[in-house]
Amino acid sequence: MTSIRLFAGAVAVLALGLTGAGNAQTPKRGGTLNFAISAETPHYDCHGSDTYATLHFAAPFYSTLLQFDLPKYPAVKGDLAESWTVSKDQKTYTFKLHRNVAFHDNKPLTSTDVKATYERLRNPAPGVVSTRQATFADIDTIETPDPHTVVFKMKEVNPSMLETFASPWNCIYQAERIAADPQWPKANILGTGPFKFVEHVKGSHVAGVRNDNYFRKGQPYLDGFKGTFFAQSATMLNALQGGQVLGEFRTVSAADRDRLKQAMGDKIRIEESSWTLHLTVTFNTTRKPFDDVRVRRALNMAIDRWGGSEGLARTSALRHVGGLVRPGSPYAMDPKELEKLPGFQRDMAKARTEAKKLLAEAGVPNLKFVLHNRSIAQPYTPAGVFLVDQWRQIGVTVENKQLETSPYLAGLANRQYDVAIDFSNLFMDEPTLGLAKYVSSSRAPEQRSGYNDPELDKLYDLQSHEGDMKKRIALIRQFERRALDASYQVPLLWWHRIVATNQTLLGWEMSPSHNLGQDLARVWINQ
Amino acid sequence: MLAYLVNRLLLIVPTLLGVAVLIFFMLRVVPGDIVEVKLRGDGGNPTQETVELERKRLGLDRPLHVQFKDWMVGLVTLDLGISMWTERPVTEEIALRLELSLQVAFMATIVAILIALPLGTLSALLRDTWVDYVIRVITIAGLAVPSFWLGMLTIVSLLFFFNWLPPLTYTPIYVDPWNNIAQLIWPAVAVGYRYAAVTARMMRSSIIEVMNEDYIRTARAKGVYERFVVVRHAMRNAMLPALTVIGLEFAFLIGGLVVTEQVFNLNGIGRLFVQAVSRSDFTLIQAMVMLTAVIFVLSNLVVDLLYAVFDPRIRYK
Repeated sequence: MTSIRLFAGAVAVLALGLTGAGNAQTPKRGGTLNFAISAETPHYDCHGSDTYATLHFAAPFYSTLLQFDLPKYPAVKGDLAESWTVSKDQKTYTFKLHRNVAFHDNKPLTSTDVKATYERLRNPAPGVVSTRQATFADIDTIETPDPHTVVFKMKEVNPSMLETFASPWNCIYQAERIAADPQWPKANILGTGPFKFVEHVKGSHVAGVRNDNYFRKGQPYLDGFKGTFFAQSATMLNALQGGQVLGEFRTVSAADRDRLKQAMGDKIRIEESSWTLHLTVTFNTTRKPFDDVRVRRALNMAIDRWGGSEGLARTSALRHVGGLVRPGSPYAMDPKELEKLPGFQRDMAKARTEAKKLLAEAGVPNLKFVLHNRSIAQPYTPAGVFLVDQWRQIGVTVENKQLETSPYLAGLANRQYDVAIDFSNLFMDEPTLGLAKYVSSSRAPEQRSGYNDPELDKLYDLQSHEGDMKKRIALIRQFERRALDASYQVPLLWWHRIVATNQTLLGWEMSPSHNLGQDLARVWINQ
Repeated sequence: MLAYLVNRLLLIVPTLLGVAVLIFFMLRVVPGDIVEVKLRGDGGNPTQETVELERKRLGLDRPLHVQFKDWMVGLVTLDLGISMWTERPVTEEIALRLELSLQVAFMATIVAILIALPLGTLSALLRDTWVDYVIRVITIAGLAVPSFWLGMLTIVSLLFFFNWLPPLTYTPIYVDPWNNIAQLIWPAVAVGYRYAAVTARMMRSSIIEVMNEDYIRTARAKGVYERFVVVRHAMRNAMLPALTVIGLEFAFLIGGLVVTEQVFNLNGIGRLFVQAVSRSDFTLIQAMVMLTAVIFVLSNLVVDLLYAVFDPRIRYK
């Protein structure tokens, strides 16, 4: 596992072309960071959210047990944990907490708070949503032998457990607050993070001020921050160009990057990375005719991913052709191998002829349906337009229906769609996390296609506990081939992350995930 | 005049009551479930028990007639309930944005009146001259150009020529007048231009019509100065249709500037309305529809009263 992490780390660092702007300079204290958030969080609860909008809003107010060491990604480092040990059998994780940590109401943080947080994550009270509950299934017990020690005992060995502890979604809450009201964090903010909550003006902005009692002495460097919500990317770009905001930490499109570079020259910093995100084309297998593998395969085969990636890379955040694992990661499928699978072929004329034949055989040669899509422009709009055009070429008529985030996600979860553009939003390259989206819906609620496939489940379980990398990769390959052949839900393209920040903004670190590195503790302004 | 006023005020009651009943039942018929959207809307996967608990907490499990009774009582007592999405009082959610939207609407109305009345009158008086043609081109362009596009052009121009942009967040005028005006003048102009174009064209055609009336000929025959003929007799009477347009446009501006609000990143009523609808936030939608109805009714009332001011025959009927 260590060799995998080192290799992945080297790949990530190379892919980032290295980042961490400002690390070589001495940080200056002061100033308020104005940055853009291109969506507004529906609530404040990290545990029950799956949108970056919550993290970009709330991460500066909270701490986690561990965090990713971004320049060495995917290595982890301590956040609240000063040190930790893992037992030889990899079934006991012991964390020693920093002793000088206090919540923003000045009450000290103890191991009880960490235990209460993880109990809420793995076994939420009625009414509480814990989005990643399944990732804590291997935890057996949580013990607190003293106020500054937490011991996690595992039911089974889990090779990705340290990374799970570093998940940015695991914000540590105050035990007494969540004991009194388990829903409290949805509408209130109280953490131990580098910034204290000042205000959230709904529809406008969130503001925070420096936590002078932050346990890392000297940090944060900023006096405060203000995250302004933008409903339109064009408006956000104007604000970035005009210096009203110093950055947006999700992505801009390649076209927007070029516009900013042309307009701002050396005043803008562009950092790029492949991204642990991909869009999927998800067929509702509980609805006809998408319960028919011929229909799904035909629609999958009609998509020219190789050609599309060139065009879409110029106008959107979509770029890389890949299977179920991020291209460039040590677990990724070789492109030559990928080309042999349905939907990844290079000869599109042949593929589309085959697709038309499959639709005719299935009795739906002139298929019509609605594509359930999200109203966020990047990259959902270009992806939707691209798919409508691809399917038109095999005689399929599609209406691209874009909905706001909440109804879009609710529609997916309730399977109120024919075909949808769905997404896989990971915070790290770990097949056990990534492939979870493709196992049976009875096991993985985030799988919105509605199928149950015991063979996929078996392969998933085998790879998740396989310690030998070669064997694990072979199992992952089998999983991918089966999933893509059945075409329940298929990757469209992997994203390419382009972050544009003002040259005066320093200390922010780029990574292959927009969910990481948003606590702003080490960010400073060179003014 | 008093009878006229009372009559107009009494007409408001059944109108608003009809809107209140209609919106309540329409929302219960249209598809969309706030609980599903809320709990699954950010990627969560709640259990059925959690969904039912939330439904109960929001009072959606109660019989329809009980919910309706609460809605009507709330209307009378001005307690419009809690937003099912944000869980804050609906009045707070609206108040947060209403100030901005009202100010933009007022400023746009002022811009429109300042442009439309002189241009419309001038265009009518100098009919078929080059002045008329120029004004007609300006007004037709105002009708043809969408406000949001003009807004985008304004923003880009400010950035390109002055490397300056309006403030991003709203500051009330009583806190920082300069900041407030610097932010809102641009959307007011962008929206006011279209508003002015509609009003100017209405003014032009009204003036042309009025200038052919007998009382204008009589005034001129009596030797009244042309300026007085135009201002006291023609414009006063031509104002009536223009007033109707101004009233309707003003009411529309309160909730109808969704795209313009996005272009200028304004936290206004239009965006809130769209969000409420997309989230099936019943309580908020109900309140906002009622607010829109009240604004339409009140602006019509003001227009009706102004009719009576401009045309004495109306108040004597």
